[in-house]
Amino acid sequence: MKPRLIFAIAVNTFREAVRDRVFYNLLLFAVLLVGTSLVIGQLAAGQDVKIIKDLGLASSLLFGVGIAIFIGIQLVAREVERRSVYVTLAKPVTRSAFLFGKYLGLLLTLAVNMAVMTAALMTVLYVYWRVTPPNLQAVWTAPAVDPALLGALLLIYIELAVVTAIALLFSTYSSALLAATFTTAVWVAGHFVGDLRTLELVGASEGTASLGRVVSWVLPNLALFDVKAEVVHGVPVPLAQIAYAIAYGCTYAAALLLLAVAVFQRRDFK
Amino acid sequence: MRRDAARWPWLLGALTLLAGALPLQAGSLAHRPDRALPAVLYLQSPAVARRVSLSFDSLMADLYWIRALQHFGASRLQQGAPSGFADLYPFLDLATSLDQRFTVAYRFGAIFLSEPPPGGPGRPDLAVRLLEKGIASQPDRWQYWQDLGFVHYWWTGRYDKAAEAFSKGADTVGAPWWMKSLAAVTLAEGGDRQTSRLLWKALAQTNDNDWLRKDAQRRLLQLDAMDQMDALTTMVGSARQRGMQAPWSWAALFARGWLRQLPVDPTGTPYELDLTSGVVRLGRGSSLAPLPVEPRSRAGVAVSR
Repeated sequence: MKPRLIFAIAVNTFREAVRDRVFYNLLLFAVLLVGTSLVIGQLAAGQDVKIIKDLGLASSLLFGVGIAIFIGIQLVAREVERRSVYVTLAKPVTRSAFLFGKYLGLLLTLAVNMAVMTAALMTVLYVYWRVTPPNLQAVWTAPAVDPALLGALLLIYIELAVVTAIALLFSTYSSALLAATFTTAVWVAGHFVGDLRTLELVGASEGTASLGRVVSWVLPNLALFDVKAEVVHGVPVPLAQIAYAIAYGCTYAAALLLLAVAVFQRRDFK
Repeated sequence: MRRDAARWPWLLGALTLLAGALPLQAGSLAHRPDRALPAVLYLQSPAVARRVSLSFDSLMADLYWIRALQHFGASRLQQGAPSGFADLYPFLDLATSLDQRFTVAYRFGAIFLSEPPPGGPGRPDLAVRLLEKGIASQPDRWQYWQDLGFVHYWWTGRYDKAAEAFSKGADTVGAPWWMKSLAAVTLAEGGDRQTSRLLWKALAQTNDNDWLRKDAQRRLLQLDAMDQMDALTTMVGSARQRGMQAPWSWAALFARGWLRQLPVDPTGTPYELDLTSGVVRLGRGSSLAPLPVEPRSRAGVAVSR
């Protein structure tokens, strides 16, 4: 497996995303953020910075998940539909290199997207910080331009990496529509992992509770990547917690990627 | 080129129809009966709201907080509406369940809920419940104890409970020194105006919210006005004892040497003097109206004047 080949496929995937006008979502994000910051002061009774942070972090995740799912499911499916996969795989490109390149290309797209969103969010918060009188800033539970926000955004990016790997896995063997449905379902279920582990508390039978526990360890625990509320309230998030979450996310995404390669290897393109 | 030209009639037609839709929409709105739709609470259970919000719970808390503010403001504007402030507590409960550190929602919410009708729902029991929820989620915030004591002092008239809350708040790390004295004063002299002044002064020093601070400052001005009205009532009583009779007027009191200038409240609005009874009232249009009912007089205890 040649790294240069993977890099070339990744760059090509990124270029395709740019051609598909994926980054138009940034315009929507900017309008949403700036628009909200203009009107929120009138509506939120002193909670404007909290709400801008909440909105910025939530929309970074939501837009990111949207891209990860709807571009991720097309990574393989579209190549198959357009039959361009035949041309690519006829060259000295292994199936694993093809998938890794596609995955890294989408991660690069998401990274650029996140970087621009982070810059936009920080700019709006910086402006708010500069225009807000110090006596009103005393109400804030955390500084407007808070480096801890970067930690929350980094974990959102790791969550997106996991969601992209899920989308890629499903796109290797099912249609785009099914892959989108499955990926969305896993993303939603990934936030209920804690509940699945305590099914007995809501009156589930022993068998169901055991099954729930097993499923909870198979599904990605996406709640681990959610430190948005802590960061917005200025509650310190231990570095170890972030490090473990990143390690878990990378490991889980790598496992899914290898599974996707295994499935893709068996796929017949004749 | 020809295809471009062929597009224009369609575009023109679309624009004409869109322009035509505007007056139709205005007409439809003009013929709609003017009725306020009740606030719809799609999610009733905080537990369900927490789950369906996935990891967007904090943002959903913000939305419920804004809805609570809008609901409170709209209900105040439509005083006498049948639904009143019915959804205020559910909104606040959802906001604080979705974001358990939403300090302002607890503190603001307690003030909203305690406010007596027509300006509020007059539900200090719900205010107490909301603050107790805040204390359970953030036991280190002495401000919740201060607010709890305040609600008990001002709205339920339970001075023992108020003193207990101030005392517990004083034991919290970082609590200001005056919490302890507030507990002692409340227990000893609960209900008098001086203690009320102390409480509002404490609240006026809060950093948590500009609205809270401004409201406390307004309450302090109301207490000043009540002091001034008491003094003016005493003066009218003295004049009566010296033989002065109705019709009462500031001009007549001025002419007899009882006054040196027109008495005005702390906002600059002249007080009113009832022509026949000589009762002193806030002037029409004074932003201090309505004046609060003092805790001790609410409880049926004579207030020393």
